Amino acid sequence: MNIIVLVKQVPDTETKIKISGDKKSIEKTDVKWVINPYDEFAIEQALKTKEQLKAGSVTVVSMGPDRVVESLRTAIAMGADNAVHVKTDQPLDSYLVGKTLAEVVKKESGQLVFTGKQGIDDDQAATFGFVAEFLNWPSASMVVKCEIAADKITVQREVEGGTRFVLQMPAPAVIAVDKGINTPRYASLPGIMKAKKKEIKTYSMSDLGMASEAIKTVSADYALPPERQAGKKLSGDAASQAKELVRLLREEAKVI
Amino acid sequence: MSTYLIAEHKDGQLKKASLEMLSECLRQGTQPTCILLGHGALEAAAGELGKAGASKVVILEHAELASYSSEGFANALYGYLSKQSPSVIMAGASWQGKDYLPRLSAKFNAGLASDCTEFKLSGNSATVRRPVFAGKCSQAVSFSSGPAIFSVRPNVLAVGGDQSTTPQIEKVAADVGQIRAKVTEVLSSGQKKVDLTEADIIVSGGRSLKSADNFKLLFDCASVVGAAVGASRAAVDAGYAPHDMQVGQTGKTVSPKLYVACGISGAIQHLAGMRTSKVIVAINKDPEAPIFQKADYGIVGDLFEVVPHLTEELKKLKANS
Repeated sequence: MNIIVLVKQVPDTETKIKISGDKKSIEKTDVKWVINPYDEFAIEQALKTKEQLKAGSVTVVSMGPDRVVESLRTAIAMGADNAVHVKTDQPLDSYLVGKTLAEVVKKESGQLVFTGKQGIDDDQAATFGFVAEFLNWPSASMVVKCEIAADKITVQREVEGGTRFVLQMPAPAVIAVDKGINTPRYASLPGIMKAKKKEIKTYSMSDLGMASEAIKTVSADYALPPERQAGKKLSGDAASQAKELVRLLREEAKVI
Repeated sequence: MSTYLIAEHKDGQLKKASLEMLSECLRQGTQPTCILLGHGALEAAAGELGKAGASKVVILEHAELASYSSEGFANALYGYLSKQSPSVIMAGASWQGKDYLPRLSAKFNAGLASDCTEFKLSGNSATVRRPVFAGKCSQAVSFSSGPAIFSVRPNVLAVGGDQSTTPQIEKVAADVGQIRAKVTEVLSSGQKKVDLTEADIIVSGGRSLKSADNFKLLFDCASVVGAAVGASRAAVDAGYAPHDMQVGQTGKTVSPKLYVACGISGAIQHLAGMRTSKVIVAINKDPEAPIFQKADYGIVGDLFEVVPHLTEELKKLKANS
């Protein structure tokens, strides 16, 4: 089975966000770039699936400027077989990313796609659905358990209030994974050596027939939220603190 | 201008997020066409929409829509909406909305803005504002072509007053197309939990809870006021709480009326997920914990002492009200 993993490179969660001068994006200097944490679970799930099926390959795909190659090499060091870089510096949105990545999946003859449930930068949680629809494949998101047997895929997805759905679908499909599905492995030393030498396939947007495609949503006017001010500290012993807190929440804040 | 609001219900019970969006549309002078999907017994939900001011409700009916599927919902909605030339399509940013809207947008060859906290309807389109980086900043999004499709975060917009309208209800036999991914079983964790993203009050615990068993303290406190229980990444990674309870950049982003952080230091990625809470309470032994800089009310103290007292005080309050 040719397994494709769609990977996004994002600023590390510890990044303190600053807004760029034109307010059209965040300030990208001094950002530590990492693989989107949810996509790390997707890579691990793809590697596990290949090991379990004892056949096939894992190809990681990422879109963006040259810096994303570093994330692709990290994925190879973890155990991925191949990597594809869709090289572009243009602005992207969920539509354009979804449509482009669907073309990559077709070109690479993908039979199963894993990705993270959302990028922790744009928080759109939409790539999986766009890709699935453009490929006309079934999909599942927020997947916390995934079993692949022959051409039948069984997943569990989180819904609300502690409920899980068990879903079945035929392959090929797009599976967007959530935290908790597995524990991503570390890169091995031989893996790191292999990753350094591995040739990474590069596509331009026009290689994928996407030269005339454009984004459908335009983002602008980035803003930082208002800073919260530190409020009151309550004094006394635990009993009187608790009593005073409940009084304030009731009478002053009026939230209970 | 034609605005469509995809309302959501659970077993015929309307979700509050649907009323929040409807009220906001009406405040902006736009009467949206509300859409419900399902199979029978949706009159009560349609009536609730009417009560909140909806004048038209379309019910897309099909046996396969009785339970949720991304393909069934996207196909049924596209089948109906593609004949209406919609300019705006909105839905709640629930686990359902977030699941089928990307598919629906792809069918329209349109863009999508997820989890918006503001929208402004104007002419034949809309502009929205949405948090990114789990709320570390936000962006304005406009739509350059196709219908403006977006989802709206629950619990942010206010529900308006009673309008007592009797809506015109149109029932449409839906075309659900091919549904390949099907639900075969529903697993419940046993305890009926309040959903974090829709909760008015959240009591959340960090690594200082020291064990999964100790989270009982928080559940006891939460149950008094019908609150949901959350957890920090540190607590989840330590195995004290499952991931579906995690609040923060790699968990859920929440904006309850009241957020009580117990033994949570306030790492940047946690603050991102809860900073839009209306009122924040911090209970922490460490007076230097960054969470106190964001908290409206701070208690420097041992959560194991403070929380049981808090539970008792809340019980007293409930008994007297």
